Amino acid sequence: MTANGWLQIFLLLLVTFALAKPAGLFMARVFAREKTWLDPLLRPCERVLYKLTGVDEKREMRWTEYAIAMLLFSGVSMTLLYVIERVQQHLPWNPEKLVGVPTDLAFNTAASFTTNTNWQAYTPEVTMTYFTQMAGLAYHNFTSAAVGIAMAVAIIRGIARREQETIGNFWVDLTRTILWVLLPVCLVVAMIFVSQGMIQNLRPYAKTQLVDAQTVTTTGTDGKTTTQVVNEQKIPQGPVASQEAIKIFGTNGGGFFYANSAHPYENPTPLTNFLQLVLIFAIPSGLTYTLGRMTGSQRHGWAVWGAMAVLFLAGVVSVYSAEARGNLLLHGVDQRASGAQSGGNMEGKEVRFGIANTALYATVTTDASCGAVNGMHDSFTPLGGMIPLINIMLGEVVFGGVGSGLYGMIVFVILSVFIAGLMVGRTPEYLGKKIEAYDVKMAMLSVLIFPLVILTFTAISVVAKSFGTPSISNPGPHGLSQILYAYTSATGNNGSAFGGLNGNTLWYNTTIGFATLFGRFFAVIPILAIAGSLAKKKYVPESAGTFPVTTPLFTVLLVSVVLIVSALTFFPALSLGPILEHLMMHAGKVF
Amino acid sequence: MLKKNLLISIWMTLATTVLLGILYPLAVTLLAQWAFPRQANGEIIHLGGKMVGSSLIGQPFSSAGYFHSRPSAAGAAGYDPDASSGGASNLGPTNSALLTRVNSDVQRLQAENPEARIPADLVTSSGSGLDPHISPASAEFQIPRVARERKISEGDLRALVAEHTEGRQWGFLGEPRVNVLELNLELDAVHPLH
Repeated sequence: MTANGWLQIFLLLLVTFALAKPAGLFMARVFAREKTWLDPLLRPCERVLYKLTGVDEKREMRWTEYAIAMLLFSGVSMTLLYVIERVQQHLPWNPEKLVGVPTDLAFNTAASFTTNTNWQAYTPEVTMTYFTQMAGLAYHNFTSAAVGIAMAVAIIRGIARREQETIGNFWVDLTRTILWVLLPVCLVVAMIFVSQGMIQNLRPYAKTQLVDAQTVTTTGTDGKTTTQVVNEQKIPQGPVASQEAIKIFGTNGGGFFYANSAHPYENPTPLTNFLQLVLIFAIPSGLTYTLGRMTGSQRHGWAVWGAMAVLFLAGVVSVYSAEARGNLLLHGVDQRASGAQSGGNMEGKEVRFGIANTALYATVTTDASCGAVNGMHDSFTPLGGMIPLINIMLGEVVFGGVGSGLYGMIVFVILSVFIAGLMVGRTPEYLGKKIEAYDVKMAMLSVLIFPLVILTFTAISVVAKSFGTPSISNPGPHGLSQILYAYTSATGNNGSAFGGLNGNTLWYNTTIGFATLFGRFFAVIPILAIAGSLAKKKYVPESAGTFPVTTPLFTVLLVSVVLIVSALTFFPALSLGPILEHLMMHAGKVF
Repeated sequence: MLKKNLLISIWMTLATTVLLGILYPLAVTLLAQWAFPRQANGEIIHLGGKMVGSSLIGQPFSSAGYFHSRPSAAGAAGYDPDASSGGASNLGPTNSALLTRVNSDVQRLQAENPEARIPADLVTSSGSGLDPHISPASAEFQIPRVARERKISEGDLRALVAEHTEGRQWGFLGEPRVNVLELNLELDAVHPLH
């Protein structure tokens, strides 16, 4: 570990802290429909959109209608993506003449992008046309992010409103998120990315000559050896920067290329890398400020932010120290950091990012439900790879996905005040609202769906010798980790992977597709129910017996609840995967 | 309520697809092609009327007179940006296939330069399989071999490598690195092999 590595890590936390207020304040204004400096440009666009689509912007919705509108929009747009994938060979911008996507893979991808997961069981370079990437995949990067933010805004309104039946208008929240928050930032960021070397074109793949032609000898399955001379490189092109901006800012994470943000065209310089990290955290961190602002308790917003920051630091310190130590099974290799090399466990990592930036990226992308990677988690050390997995298992509430991080954390906040209430024997209160049996039941429903989906699918896959275990590429305990990571990532709507697992099979495509849908919609509907329930309640003024949600004590309790809920649920599975692998590695065992 | 919201869903999907899926990326493409044409088109290197690669995409080198890139799992010869199974090895830390590969590279490199320690990045494959860089330590490790093959002094070569060593961006972002393709092209230009 180096001083420079720590400097970059703390700089990210500092920038995230500094951005929370301006970003959160701006979003609060957008969702309260107050004036912003972008209004002269965007208000006319907004009105045109409502006119085209038949939205009545003055209409307010109960939580049930809000949920139905959200489900219908997700369903319709997911269907369109599926159709685009299936018929892409007949659509424009297909210079490489790629064919239609097979059914199971098309379903998996459509479900995954609609739910903000962006799990990728395909290699984009040889599967997706430019049209599919732009109008299908990048499009869902925008809308799935906007849907997530709308849900978070709905629950914030639920907490803030008193004795009201409605929680806002889904279509208005969706449209304003896209026009005011996502689109303007993406336009600017995409251009910065291009200036650094990220590509943006619609050209056919470039064919270039190798400087040093290579002679390759391969042995076929029949035992015959063939020699071939490779003297050409075919370099994929495409509209990368426009997709990359929203992939990051909307915590989507689906790469334009298979290598995701490890690819030099998708993350060319350390500056684009740092900017990506900042953008992943920008909205989720800002939303804690929006929460404080809209509920009138700014200190509560900061208390939640504090819990997230503590969990972030714990994660990044663990990954960084594990990866910097290197792989102790490698002999004769200098893995110590020096001025001339970053050292450490460099398998699956890029030289320009080194250990510090890859450890940081892995932590950030799994704290948030982003799932973009700039190094391959499958090749991390056992403990270095376990932390990203745990981050997802916590429910991605460490800043979290756009919107989903905040509404996920609010569930834990409700559980925390409930537990605190049990300790002192009083009805729990949260920002002036009594938390009653219905609310706690809904919160638990949202929490329980997560382990239920992950552990069930994982358990079936690890015992299925015909369709489950053959996809494993790394034998030993690491194989369990690969499958566990896949379903955790899918259900948590993360999208990163232990990439060696062959997920492009009928079983994995189908179950992972359903896991993304369950993880998104079964978790969010109870949260909207809580929003509806809280909005109806009377305001109860704070009294001496109220457990304050604005203090460091609350932050500590919140961190503990997050950790305890997940640790108790997943510890047995983790101990058979990464923890066992770590112990066996120290005993010198190789698989 | 159901029917009304379903109709809105359909129209909203179509309208936003045109805005976000077509107009937005085309606008960025036009702006990018106007403001940063070289970067937007992949920083392709032209030499004598031919395209010989991209500054950002690594290439495989095996001749002794060139600096070698890191191992790559992309395609049969490595560094294939269009490989159908991607470019990462995805080998786990306790996978015997990883250790076998690293050990065989270590043996080859030890024979080549017995005194020096082997830098980690020189025997590990990158996440993209296209890493255009090696660490300054890995370049230093290869200087004796390349100098011998090119019949130039190690000092001259070290100076050339230093010229091609990129520091941390803005002094603190990322890691120091050497672009292998650009360094090798420069070598061919100033100290041709024969």
